[in-house]
Amino acid sequence: MATQGAKGPVVRFENVGKVYDDEGLGVAAVKGVTFDIPRERFAMIVGPSGSGKTTLLNLIGCIDTPTTGRLEVCGEDVGALGDDALTDFRSRNIAFVFQGFNLLPVLTAYENVEYPLLLIGQSASERRGRTLAMLESVGLADQRDHRPNQLSGGQKQRVAVARALVKGPALVLADEPTANLDSRTGAELIALMRTVQAEHKASFVFSTHDPQLISHADDTFVIRDGALVSHSGEGGRP
Amino acid sequence: MILKIAFRNILRNGRRSVMTLLAIAVSGIAIVLFGEFIAFVRVSLETNAVENVGHLTVFKRGYFDYGAGNPGAFGIDDYQGVIRTIAQDPVIGPTLNVVTPTISLSGIAGNFAIDASKTFLGTGYVPRDREKLRRWDAHGVTGRRVLPDPGLSDEDESRGVVGVGLARVLGLCQALHIASCPPRPQPAVRTVSTSAGAPPSIALDPEAEPDARPRGPRLDLLAATASGAPNVMSLYVARAEPQGARELDENVVLMSFSLAQQLLYGRGEKKATAILLQLRRTEDLARVRARLGSLFAERHLDLEVRDFAEREPFYRQAVGMFGAIFLFISLIMGVIVLFTVVNTMGMSVAERTSEIGTVRAMGVRRGGVRRLFVVEGAMLGAFGATLGVLSGQLLAVLFNRTGATWTPPGQAAPVPLAVLTSGVNGLLVLGWVGLVVMATVAAVVPANRAARLQVVDALRHV
Repeated sequence: MATQGAKGPVVRFENVGKVYDDEGLGVAAVKGVTFDIPRERFAMIVGPSGSGKTTLLNLIGCIDTPTTGRLEVCGEDVGALGDDALTDFRSRNIAFVFQGFNLLPVLTAYENVEYPLLLIGQSASERRGRTLAMLESVGLADQRDHRPNQLSGGQKQRVAVARALVKGPALVLADEPTANLDSRTGAELIALMRTVQAEHKASFVFSTHDPQLISHADDTFVIRDGALVSHSGEGGRP
Repeated sequence: MILKIAFRNILRNGRRSVMTLLAIAVSGIAIVLFGEFIAFVRVSLETNAVENVGHLTVFKRGYFDYGAGNPGAFGIDDYQGVIRTIAQDPVIGPTLNVVTPTISLSGIAGNFAIDASKTFLGTGYVPRDREKLRRWDAHGVTGRRVLPDPGLSDEDESRGVVGVGLARVLGLCQALHIASCPPRPQPAVRTVSTSAGAPPSIALDPEAEPDARPRGPRLDLLAATASGAPNVMSLYVARAEPQGARELDENVVLMSFSLAQQLLYGRGEKKATAILLQLRRTEDLARVRARLGSLFAERHLDLEVRDFAEREPFYRQAVGMFGAIFLFISLIMGVIVLFTVVNTMGMSVAERTSEIGTVRAMGVRRGGVRRLFVVEGAMLGAFGATLGVLSGQLLAVLFNRTGATWTPPGQAAPVPLAVLTSGVNGLLVLGWVGLVVMATVAAVVPANRAARLQVVDALRHV
């Protein structure tokens, strides 16, 4: 259910900057970057710790707002949206896979996956069908009634992927998704995301410095000290 | 889903939730028990007042404010006709338990055997009607108490009852077997009586034969008739009855209506100073009062109606005082609930900051986060209040079985100490709702704090 049928990039940065106020001192985490991330691709934002890649991912995910510049996500100028509108926009178009999985501990695997569908107001029967199908596709149909504390790290991350993809978002953001997994589980997760990305035609954007993950990238954007220093693939600014 | 998440989050930190629920429940128990105790006090006071003065009293207009100075002048003309009118009224008649005339008067009571005299406040009742008045117990608060000898008799109109204090002052302790009287000091100089013995009573019927029946010690009551002439009647004291206030105890004389009538009106026209109406149910009071007003207006009767709360100001004062205490205790309980829930929900918000960030990132609006925590607070309140109200009711039932007694203010004798467990649905519902509202309101502050969190900051929280 990738909602954007438009031809343009899924993300467009135009001279976007982000300055944090750190005890009265302005700390520039992103310094006027300009680039596009193409649709339906596996895009990686890479760079060393503190380079600003998580800040960029937060800006793309509309959970943080740029201090300067213009940011378009899925064709929408997100800087012009108020808090509730931005929240609704996230609900419809964007999904997250967090490094720490961030499953809701009081919900079962099934309920965690079902939750985003509730937020976009799907009917009970539709929710049930999509949730079961998604759990099936990540291989966790048998663990549907397990709470997160009854799942392994890899299983939790699979649930997190299922939760991210169940609503068919245009854009899936993953911040260091393999950081808490061993290399084999990480590889399995990457393969899984590759498969569902192909099935759902979603755009994936990762922030990572995991070489194993970077090797699967369609597009790579290298960030250092808050600035884009290089890119490979179709991205960049035509 | 929001209810499911809220409920599971309550179960998540079991010990903390149990402590919070207990705090709310204890508050609920306190509110229920004290509220039911106050309800019991209120109906006890009401029962006491209604036993004495009925629900409504009909006076000649002006008597209530000025009649005590000259009760004879404010007598109700053709009181029997008025009583008939009231009793036969299709609206009032079915609601009546008793409608009876009374006379209030004051004068001097003397025991000339020991040269002692004392002013008194007297009330004359129709003895059989007073018995019915005394047995009113619509709220079931007096239980199966054994009523003492009424002291008044339809067969012997000269019998009466006095306050224990008056009996003591007039030297009747030994004759009436009152154990609580201290020894009577002998006066230093004995006053010489102007007559050899007790003065003869000015009997209404001087031809009457002396009665040989045992009647108890005699008092002579002196009062001014409506025409201003002095009048004296003999009262044979059947027993002394303790009163709640010392002033009353040393002044009260209860006598039969006919004796009081003879004392106040002598040979003149016989009137009553008041007509008491005791209803079967207090709930009918307003309706009957309104009907009496229109009835008197229709018939051009110069009468006014007062209810028992107006006649016995202590009732209103005591109910008001207990109500204020209840309000104060409820407020304290509410504040305890408030702080407990604020603390619990505050800790919950702190512990779940990362989850708040997650759901916000997934598309839950600030209002949704706020709603989740408020629902949790309300749920805690609902569980705690339910536990408290049910436990309170159970404890109330158990307490009522202990058979405890107490002497309430304004009464002289111990009465059952109980709490009212029936007919208090309003209290239970209000108590429950109050606790839930308090817990919900308490959750608003931490819920707002959760809703205001920046998504990025919340996700970064460890």
